[in-house]
Amino acid sequence: MKVSDIPRSELRDLLGRGDLLLQTTPFVTRIRSDVRKLAGEIALMYGDFPVCSPDTFADFHIEVAREAGLRRWINPLARFSFDGRRSFVPLPSAQAFPMLEWGLNWCVAAHAHQYLVIHAAVVERGGRAAILPAPPGSGKSTLCAGLVNRGWRLLSDELALYDLATGLIHGMARPVNLKNASIGVIKAFAPGAIFTEAVPNTAKGTVALMRPPAASVLHVAEPAQPAWVILPKYDAGAEACLTRQEKAQTFMLVAEQSFNYDIHGARGFRAVGDLLDQCESYRFSYSNLVDAVRVFDGLAEEASR
Amino acid sequence: MKGGYRRSLIARALVAPEELGLLSMLEWDLLVRQGRRANLLAKLAVLLDDQRRLDQVPAAARRHLLAALCIAERQQLAVRWEVECIRLAFSDVPVPVILLKGAAYVMAGLPVSRGRMFADVDVLVPKAKLARAESALTIHGWRGEDMDAYDQHYYRHWMHELPPMRHVRRDTSIDVHHTILPETARIKVNTPALFDGARPLPGWTEVEVLQPIDMLLHSAAHLFHEGELENGLRDLFDLDGLLRDFGREPGFWEHLAPRAQLLGLSRPLFYALRYTSLTLGTPVPAAALQASAEAGRPSGLVLMVMDACYARALQPMHNSCDRFGTWSARLALYIRSHWLRMPLHLLSYHLLRKAFKPAKQLDESGAAVGVPAVKPRGPHAETPDA
Repeated sequence: MKVSDIPRSELRDLLGRGDLLLQTTPFVTRIRSDVRKLAGEIALMYGDFPVCSPDTFADFHIEVAREAGLRRWINPLARFSFDGRRSFVPLPSAQAFPMLEWGLNWCVAAHAHQYLVIHAAVVERGGRAAILPAPPGSGKSTLCAGLVNRGWRLLSDELALYDLATGLIHGMARPVNLKNASIGVIKAFAPGAIFTEAVPNTAKGTVALMRPPAASVLHVAEPAQPAWVILPKYDAGAEACLTRQEKAQTFMLVAEQSFNYDIHGARGFRAVGDLLDQCESYRFSYSNLVDAVRVFDGLAEEASR
Repeated sequence: MKGGYRRSLIARALVAPEELGLLSMLEWDLLVRQGRRANLLAKLAVLLDDQRRLDQVPAAARRHLLAALCIAERQQLAVRWEVECIRLAFSDVPVPVILLKGAAYVMAGLPVSRGRMFADVDVLVPKAKLARAESALTIHGWRGEDMDAYDQHYYRHWMHELPPMRHVRRDTSIDVHHTILPETARIKVNTPALFDGARPLPGWTEVEVLQPIDMLLHSAAHLFHEGELENGLRDLFDLDGLLRDFGREPGFWEHLAPRAQLLGLSRPLFYALRYTSLTLGTPVPAAALQASAEAGRPSGLVLMVMDACYARALQPMHNSCDRFGTWSARLALYIRSHWLRMPLHLLSYHLLRKAFKPAKQLDESGAAVGVPAVKPRGPHAETPDA
């Protein structure tokens, strides 16, 4: 059964009881919430995701709950909990869905040490994955959203899960988190894409999430062979430009952008080395998504020859 | 107590791993959560690995056991490195340093250290050398954590340790003690005897550990004077592991009660033997139980209350382990710990201060307690822990 098969009122009940088990492959996430509008946003963004029965093992038990007290009536706040323990600061309840997404990212980064968890977007074409590791502000989510609206498969816009045993990349195909001007850019670039309402005044400015393409969700269980590590940089007015980058430099960047590189110790060092051995390493600056997609398509075509 | 302690799933798993085959997936789900909260998941992974049972664990749960093991192994490495840094800091000052608790278990290679999680490193130095120790650490990059004059006074005059220090570059913390219970505590510890019994670590000259029997007694004193039992069950399993390990050495059990009496720790020893044997089935010879009871058993009424409190508090701090009275038991033990720590006039003053002081922002992220160096790091801006 998929989320979209569940009537809205039942979804709300499941959330209220903490019995919504979302299959966020390769994990299962158990969600509880009394924030009423969250059911609608989950249905909108996770409609294609399978739902598991309540007797399934869940990797993460999370809750977004309304804060008690007077504020409840004036300016309601919601708070994220991990397994019954309240975490982070409470946020206005309008930010409940982005908070759920950030909280789930934290769950994965802090616990999923079967992977090297890299802060990167991952897209795939022809069985090959492009990993876009980047500090915030580099436009990786925008580029990722652009590519997945032009035939690339979405693995992740935020967390690349590098399997240390197989050398393959997994993604969760979860919603793409867009900020500020990027929201309008992608809406214009892909008029068919589905978005949550834009939430203003978050820690990252205005935020909206984009529903992942159904085909990406359908194939989420298939890991991809890493082929390129590309460091994107949005550069207003610039031509799309792909340049080779020294692997040693890329190594340092990937290590720095990994959440659990140091937890893995020597294993983490070898993992980043193995990853880069499988990949071409580039820097990419762009200002126009049409050009960017053309460059990426060119890479994929060249590799498939 | 006999029927009062309900073993949590994680305690059952550690005591009787052969029964794990019977668990449903929902029980595995709960076991992983309890184990993670109690900081015992990695210990279970080590145990199952030793018994070649890890392959029988359902894959979904096994991943969490292995992830916890990964963190624990990294923490052990971090602790070894930290001890090396501490050794260097003390290499040119004539101050003997005794490692305590987790760091000592790791460096002494005790079985109980395997899969154990850490928060910080604790060391013991003679009170007369405290200033030298503090300056040696400061020279090598440790710095006292920011605190107000009252907290400084609290640590320096009433407690048994310096205010916690943190290394400015590695962000690791060290607690420097000069004895094992507060200065103001009702129990007076025979500290010189502790120093006399210390032994050098094999292969190290500057760093020492307590002798086995004192390690056990310190662990007991620590747990049964502790007010916030976040790691209470983990510490109880430490006692269990130490008793099973040291108990094989000839003379250990016979010397235990007399040594406790010499150090002034008969009461905590009594509780340690009572609660490990009753709740975890730790094999304690009847004679040792008898000897510890003669010197350390409280009155019948007190014991009834303590049994009821510890049955509820020596549990993972997880919703699934709460039952009727858990909250009041934890509160009672918290108050008791302060009562033991200082005389009434000091205590009332201290609690009043605490009551009117805004609570500190605690790290509630729910992450595994770790040496700070191994917390999830990297692009923090993208996770909501800022």
